[in-house]
Amino acid sequence: MSDTSLANRRPSGLLANWRQYIIYIGFVVIFLVFAATLSDRGFLNPNNLLNIVRQTAMIAVMAIAMTFVLSAGEIDLSVGAVAGLTTVTVAMAIAAAGPLAGVLAGLATGLAVGMFNGWLTTRIGIPSFLATLAMMGIAKGVAMWISATAAVPILSPSYSWVFGGGSIGPVPVLLVWVLILAAVGHVMLRRTGFGRRVLATGGGETAARYSGIDTRSVKFRVLVMSSMAAALAGMLYAGRLQSGRFQLGEGDELSVIAAAVLGGTSLFGGMGTVIGTIVGALMIGLINNGLILMGLDFSQQLIARGGIIILAVALSQKKS
Amino acid sequence: MSTPAAVRMTGISKSFGGVRALDAVDFEVLPGEVHALLGGNGAGKSTILKVLNGVHRPDAGTIEVGGRVLTAHTPEESRAAGIAMNYQEMSLVPTLTVAQNIFLTREARTGSGLIDDRDAERRAAAIFKMLEVHVDPRAQVGDLGAGQKQLTEIAKAISQDARVLILDEPTTALAVSDVERLFVFLRKLKAKGVAIVYVSHRMDEIARIADRATILRDGQHVITAPLSELPIDTMIEHIVGKRSKGLADLARADVSRGEVLLELRGVTGRHKPDGLDLAVHQGEVVGLAGLLGAGRSATARVIAGIEPLVAGEIRIKGRPVPIRTPAEAIGAGVALVPEDRARQGVIPAHSVASNLTMGILDRLTRWGIEDRSRIRQVADAQIGRLAIKTAGRDAPVSTLSGGNQQKVVIGKWLAADPDILVLDEPTAGIDIGSKSEIIRLVRDLAAQGKAIVFISSELSELLTACDRIVVMADGRARADRPRAAFDDPSVPEEDIAHRLQAAERKLQAAIQEALIAGQEDPRV
Repeated sequence: MSDTSLANRRPSGLLANWRQYIIYIGFVVIFLVFAATLSDRGFLNPNNLLNIVRQTAMIAVMAIAMTFVLSAGEIDLSVGAVAGLTTVTVAMAIAAAGPLAGVLAGLATGLAVGMFNGWLTTRIGIPSFLATLAMMGIAKGVAMWISATAAVPILSPSYSWVFGGGSIGPVPVLLVWVLILAAVGHVMLRRTGFGRRVLATGGGETAARYSGIDTRSVKFRVLVMSSMAAALAGMLYAGRLQSGRFQLGEGDELSVIAAAVLGGTSLFGGMGTVIGTIVGALMIGLINNGLILMGLDFSQQLIARGGIIILAVALSQKKS
Repeated sequence: MSTPAAVRMTGISKSFGGVRALDAVDFEVLPGEVHALLGGNGAGKSTILKVLNGVHRPDAGTIEVGGRVLTAHTPEESRAAGIAMNYQEMSLVPTLTVAQNIFLTREARTGSGLIDDRDAERRAAAIFKMLEVHVDPRAQVGDLGAGQKQLTEIAKAISQDARVLILDEPTTALAVSDVERLFVFLRKLKAKGVAIVYVSHRMDEIARIADRATILRDGQHVITAPLSELPIDTMIEHIVGKRSKGLADLARADVSRGEVLLELRGVTGRHKPDGLDLAVHQGEVVGLAGLLGAGRSATARVIAGIEPLVAGEIRIKGRPVPIRTPAEAIGAGVALVPEDRARQGVIPAHSVASNLTMGILDRLTRWGIEDRSRIRQVADAQIGRLAIKTAGRDAPVSTLSGGNQQKVVIGKWLAADPDILVLDEPTAGIDIGSKSEIIRLVRDLAAQGKAIVFISSELSELLTACDRIVVMADGRARADRPRAAFDDPSVPEEDIAHRLQAAERKLQAAIQEALIAGQEDPRV
């Protein structure tokens, strides 16, 4: 018996597991191709590279939390709309009562939406796909309504510096945000009891429950985390563009989920990696940037980007 | 009594939707004993264990663990009281490693409060070393074979240093040598005063490891006695009881066997079956008997094209037939009534008519449009033929009783008019009245010239439904006997209930023999 089970084990080693590292390989390959073909158009210019980071930061922040949501076997489609709503609440609070009030308003927006999503999913029993799909519309509607669909300017230089606009020497503050959150997220998922419970809940809910894990509370918490991250992304959008607009973050949920899945996080739960997610997000930014430099128009960019993502995910699938 | 019992459950009752699973059952386990918990399927063993470890809340009765009364009835409370249990692979997360699973929710921490997987791997390795078995603590559980998973489950239960250790069928996938090592270890635990509850269908194991036994039947306590007072025959008698009486009055007409419709030659699946030979004639019901993990359901799945045929040959009407997908099996005239009715057999929210015609929609559509009147005709014909009790053909299947749902599954397949019908546990979770109806239906279908493979864990059912019984263990056929061979000539023919009971004892004994043969069989 033990002999047969040993024979059934997957062979280990780099060669057998190359699919697991496809995202890293792909990232390097695409980077090298762009570097070789687009260097005369300024691809390797440090400013261009930092731009990629700036454009990817909000996606990365949301994707870190999305890694937890997907790992727990849930999904959050409301992140883009919540980010947009937060830009509006932050901008309005700053206009009324200053930057500190703005930060508090942003966090409160994320907390409120997240708790509502979590409550709908774990207490009422609406699948997170539907609960957050509905929330996507609600958040966007509220943002349009309270701002009367107009942009709300932010006239606080200190807020804009901290949330997205500033740099420390050559390093954009946005990069600092991403690095800190990535480090915290990585350790949290890999090395804390909470992260282990998230992976167990998504990997086998019954088994997790039998092992004494409160899977409902785990799901509730990842959905709150996700909305908080979306709110933070909204605060960064607001700071970077010095205004609140309901359109900001529109459609981001797809890039966020794509980043996590490209990075190796399973859509079916139980497997996730924050580092992979960050690389996935950077890869999407890299592709966007390269395609723009190539001079493709927007329609061609969309097609090329879709094709590359399909290819990467297809290559990373484990054949069984 | 000076020392309090490790576990004392008094008057425990539990019902599920009107079905009484436990009826005022008493169960007591002493420190330092191995206490066997025995009973047939549906006797209430799993239910009482789930009540004890807090998964189910009892409707009535009290539970004391080490003298303290449990009140919250949650898994956390039971764990805190010192109860640990293996869950037949139910508590393993496939995407985590062995070590991560063993210490799930009890992870070792580094000084800074982070999870220390290296430490968990060391401790897991130490447990496996203590058990003298080889399991890689860093392997992902989803990649392990059944035996290794089972050892991981056991290690998980042991690692909790419990005062009460519950082992539910811990050896179904273990090699003989591993079972031996487990027993050595259990004796050590016993000497330390741990109370061990041991559930198994394997009488030989019970005889070797248990000090006392409690037998349940139909949710009721039958007997608790030291093993010295319970020879295997007596044990089997208590387990079997006289519950067969509902089946005993089924007439058994002799059938005329026709040509061989289905023949398996050395059929081997991914894990099981392992070189299985089997022939089923027209007009014959062949039963597959055996314990959990004997490879009966796997055989059914290979025949139906759900699992791949790794080696061997499936012949239908004497010709080898390639069966690689369920569609090919259906095309070859094979229909499987699967084990898990709700998930694999019906779409509960859809109507009876829609479920009955799901398999033959091609024939009931014209230019891609459903032919409503033909669908109504076919559905009504099946409802009449199988005597399905339903508010109407448009009622959702979920509103039907378990027995009638099963008839819908069977009807669905009969609509396609297969020659060969494979039924996997067709009466699981069905009351005794519907059971005999289903068995009568199976007999009728055989009389109409179909070849039937009948899988059941209920011996009385096998003996009532089948013309021939093949006993399987470890993926192979170990015995192949006509139904008459299980009759005890010393019991008068008129005494049908006793005759069936005697036959059950013989079949039970044959299963135990097959098991031993399977374990001694060296597998290279």
